[in-house]
Amino acid sequence: MSKIANAFQNGTAFIGFLTAGDPTIDKTVEFILAMEEAGCDLIEIGIPFSDPMAEGVVIQDANVRALENDTTTDDVFDIVRRVREKSDVPLVFLTYINPVFFYGYEKFFKKCGELGVDGIISPDLPYEEKGEIADIAKDNGVDVISLIAPTSSERIKMIANDATGFIYVVSSLGVTGMRSEIKTDLNGILSDIREVTDLPLAVGFGINTPDQASEIGKIADGVIVGSAIVKIIEKYGENAEKHLRDYVSAMKDASNQKS
Amino acid sequence: MSKGRYGEYGGQYISETLMNELIYLEQQYNHYMNDADFVYELNTLLKEYAGRPSLLYYAERMTEDLGGAKIYLKREDLNHTGAHKINNVLGQVLLAKKMGKTRVIAETGAGQHGVATATAAALLDMECEVYMGEVDTKRQALNVYRMELLGAKVHPVKSGTKTLKDAVNDAFRDWIARVHDTNYVIGSTMGPHPFPQMVRDFQAVISKEARKQFLQKEGRLPDAVIACVGGGSNAMGAFYNFIEDEDVKLIGCEAGGKGIDTPYNAAALTKGQIGIFHGMKSIFNQSEYGQIAPVYSVSAGLDYPGVGPEHAYLRDCGRAQYVPITDEEAVNAFEYLSRMEGIIPAIESAHAVAYAMKLAPQMDKDEIIMICLSGRGDKDVRSIAEYRGVDLNE
Repeated sequence: MSKIANAFQNGTAFIGFLTAGDPTIDKTVEFILAMEEAGCDLIEIGIPFSDPMAEGVVIQDANVRALENDTTTDDVFDIVRRVREKSDVPLVFLTYINPVFFYGYEKFFKKCGELGVDGIISPDLPYEEKGEIADIAKDNGVDVISLIAPTSSERIKMIANDATGFIYVVSSLGVTGMRSEIKTDLNGILSDIREVTDLPLAVGFGINTPDQASEIGKIADGVIVGSAIVKIIEKYGENAEKHLRDYVSAMKDASNQKS
Repeated sequence: MSKGRYGEYGGQYISETLMNELIYLEQQYNHYMNDADFVYELNTLLKEYAGRPSLLYYAERMTEDLGGAKIYLKREDLNHTGAHKINNVLGQVLLAKKMGKTRVIAETGAGQHGVATATAAALLDMECEVYMGEVDTKRQALNVYRMELLGAKVHPVKSGTKTLKDAVNDAFRDWIARVHDTNYVIGSTMGPHPFPQMVRDFQAVISKEARKQFLQKEGRLPDAVIACVGGGSNAMGAFYNFIEDEDVKLIGCEAGGKGIDTPYNAAALTKGQIGIFHGMKSIFNQSEYGQIAPVYSVSAGLDYPGVGPEHAYLRDCGRAQYVPITDEEAVNAFEYLSRMEGIIPAIESAHAVAYAMKLAPQMDKDEIIMICLSGRGDKDVRSIAEYRGVDLNE
């Protein structure tokens, strides 16, 4: 069983995202460990990119801050190495494909395998282009996480059949960011996917309040939160740890609330 | 591997949310390009509204002055809205209308593509919003006002380098939220498939006409075709129908900025490396870890850190060559053509003029060069004055 499956053994999984190097490399290590302790079942680490096309303003700004600190792909691997000294929490990279391509697929995934990165999510690598990395990732024990969007319709079957780790279900049209309301017919999409696969289904994009987490938690296997966490880091900077703990703990509880 | 490949370049590296829309766009594009009514309607617009065919003008004074090859200018600057951009935009906006969309969005650098899109949207009664880097809204303020006059809403883009690449990012971010009613009218031969192909096909009218015009005027094809390359749409249009004619040299002129040995240029094919960005695998200016590098050019329309995938392919297979032209060379050519022929070229097109000025004297008098004069230079007068230290506000 891949380590990603472990994330879904503890009720509805709560998956938190942060951008590596925001505000510093050291703080990213500290925040990841704190988020795990507070209840994160899986943590997505964003590799900063100059042009994060699928992100809303909050995560765009985090990318800018991380790059202003000269955070490199090697620094991100260093973060993983330091987290792995203390924790087995499943870790997944969220990265645009160019930094990976530039680093070299072989070298990148070999390092992921060695350091214990369990999966990769690439927002600009749809099913048709997955061949770029699928074999190399597999050889190194890294799951390529597939995304399914509200517009995927008849593509769902093809994507879900080929998916590994878990499936990232995009809740809404548009870019990442906090939304007051999620209007997509998630129930319909989730049941379409479940007809094809037994993989855990985690929903992300827009979720930020405990009420939303609880609603999503009732129908999905995992709740993914990015912008709201990054917003806390933006607001409190180096002093964000306590605020992250409080938020993650409340969100994990809400996600797992079945009644 | 996905569709839309040019050798290893091209592809569809884009969010899952947009994939079905791209598949639909490709299917609709193929349908309408084979629909006689659509083709007739588009050709009528190109003729009656945009003013095609564009002239193939013999630049006699320039030819005599340079003392070498005969120089012809393909006058895309005479099209309605003053640049080649209208060729593509009429095609894409008409297609959007047929697809039942009510809104179009576009990115723009110099503002020419934004103006062209706003124009076509006004004509075809579509809502229009244009994304333009904040830096560019300042250096091309006149075009911002033109777009607003035409009924478009212009969004100054404040992220990243605040230029063309960031405008593309925000246009994609808009589209991903409104795929149901909106088409993204991309301005160059770039982005995910089918855009590079679609834009090239709509721009191919340039070389289709030029080929015929050369056979009429000279009884032969030119020896060299020269065009400026940012994303590469006017160059792809100028090259396309000559690709099979192996004796016709195809030369693309990139923005060399302050020099290719400085960080201040936008010469992707000269200085860049293979990468994946803006939906395509192609050649991009990048830093050490694959971050897209800030680029620079005096010309807002060439200020893009990459190039369309078909150009990358034409370079690799040796069919076309690409040369950098510095700001200084382009500005000199801008002034030269103005004084020599009474034609003020767009600063983008002046990059192609500059290379012709180097090449023509090395060629025989019975040889022929075509320069794709992709746009007119009214929009650039202020920034060229600034470049020369002339204060127009005094």
